[in-house]
Amino acid sequence: MQADMTEAQWPESEREFSLSELAELSGLPEAVLRELVDYGALVPTNPGAAQWTFGAGIVVVVRTARRLREDLELEPQALALALTLVERIRELETELCLLRAQLPRRSP
Amino acid sequence: MKYKDYYKILGVEQDADIDAIKKAYRKLAHQYHPDVSKDADAEAKFKEIAEAYQTLKEPEKRAAYDQLGRHQPGEDFRPPPDWGGQFGDTQFAFDDVDLADLFAGLAGRAQHRQGGAMRMPGQDFEVTAHITLEDASRGTTVDLNLAIPEYDAQGRLHRVQRAFKARIPKGATDGQRLRLRGKGGKGANGGRDGDLYLNIALHPHSLYRVSGHDLYLDLPLTPWEAALGAVVEVPTLGGAVHLKVPAGTHAGQKMRLAGRGLPKPQEGAGDLYAIAQIVVPTVLSERERALFKQMAETSNFNPRGHFKQEARNAS
Repeated sequence: MQADMTEAQWPESEREFSLSELAELSGLPEAVLRELVDYGALVPTNPGAAQWTFGAGIVVVVRTARRLREDLELEPQALALALTLVERIRELETELCLLRAQLPRRSP
Repeated sequence: MKYKDYYKILGVEQDADIDAIKKAYRKLAHQYHPDVSKDADAEAKFKEIAEAYQTLKEPEKRAAYDQLGRHQPGEDFRPPPDWGGQFGDTQFAFDDVDLADLFAGLAGRAQHRQGGAMRMPGQDFEVTAHITLEDASRGTTVDLNLAIPEYDAQGRLHRVQRAFKARIPKGATDGQRLRLRGKGGKGANGGRDGDLYLNIALHPHSLYRVSGHDLYLDLPLTPWEAALGAVVEVPTLGGAVHLKVPAGTHAGQKMRLAGRGLPKPQEGAGDLYAIAQIVVPTVLSERERALFKQMAETSNFNPRGHFKQEARNAS
């Protein structure tokens, strides 16, 4: 089989996303995204503005939200709490990884 | 096609009502959902659980599943001859689909009946690419081979083997996600093609430990190198370099070699940290023993002076 070459791309780290773009990317209805913002699980870059925009890092979060909502059949408020906890675990894991990297591997 | 026992997967009886099925699914989903679970096979287990639930929760699909009869899990079987016709007109080439595709096909047809030609984006897929630290620092290519469900021109569902190479640019690190645009499932009726996400996982390295783009390396030193200072050779991804260890270096002290970590995507690179470890010879020669003894008698250095201070403060 002839194998063609595909370039892997970095996640778009500079771009900002509108609410409707996030809805399309995640498959979540805009109303649910709005509720997640209300509960503090998603934070727009401009919370006071009429048209919210979101940083690129939010894309991973909304995809997780979609999976959790569909697979665990969560209500928006429970979803917001789960997302906050999942995000907190991610931060702790990053910190744990850093601390582990600094530990000597074995006593020589 | 391999048989899967959806009832057994959810741990329910064949006559379980929808509430019992829902309850069993939720309990298992909380345990194995890959976003929540730490279990190494959580993803595979959850996929199986979700597949069973997707089929059993809908009466039409459950009836269709029950019509397949009961077989041993993993047993090769073919649906009864009239099976497809009874539940609609989707045709399957039964050899190259699995049980989940069969029921996804039923759902697809139901949607088709209701809404006509709705624009459906293709499914996104995720795979993990295991690469070495050296590959990550130079950039590399990986061979991918995926079986992606697709409908052919006649509306029949197939699993299509797709093989391609993907170029991973330098700068990727553990846990990073890269996107292969349009390499997921095909979109239907003008919907966009799905993407394939590549999760980067680095193999553990014998020398370096990774945190983001920074690398950590244990640097064993002799007691006299640590006390007097020394210039030692340190291996880096770009070749060995000389590092000046200052006099009076103690165990655990970090020495930074700026820019000697993993390259970053756009520009720059992480740092390499050499962590001092002070190592004493396990076997001493006569001469070494004599010198250490002389040191013990001569030196009045006491690294435990603060113990006494603490004891005095406490009393």
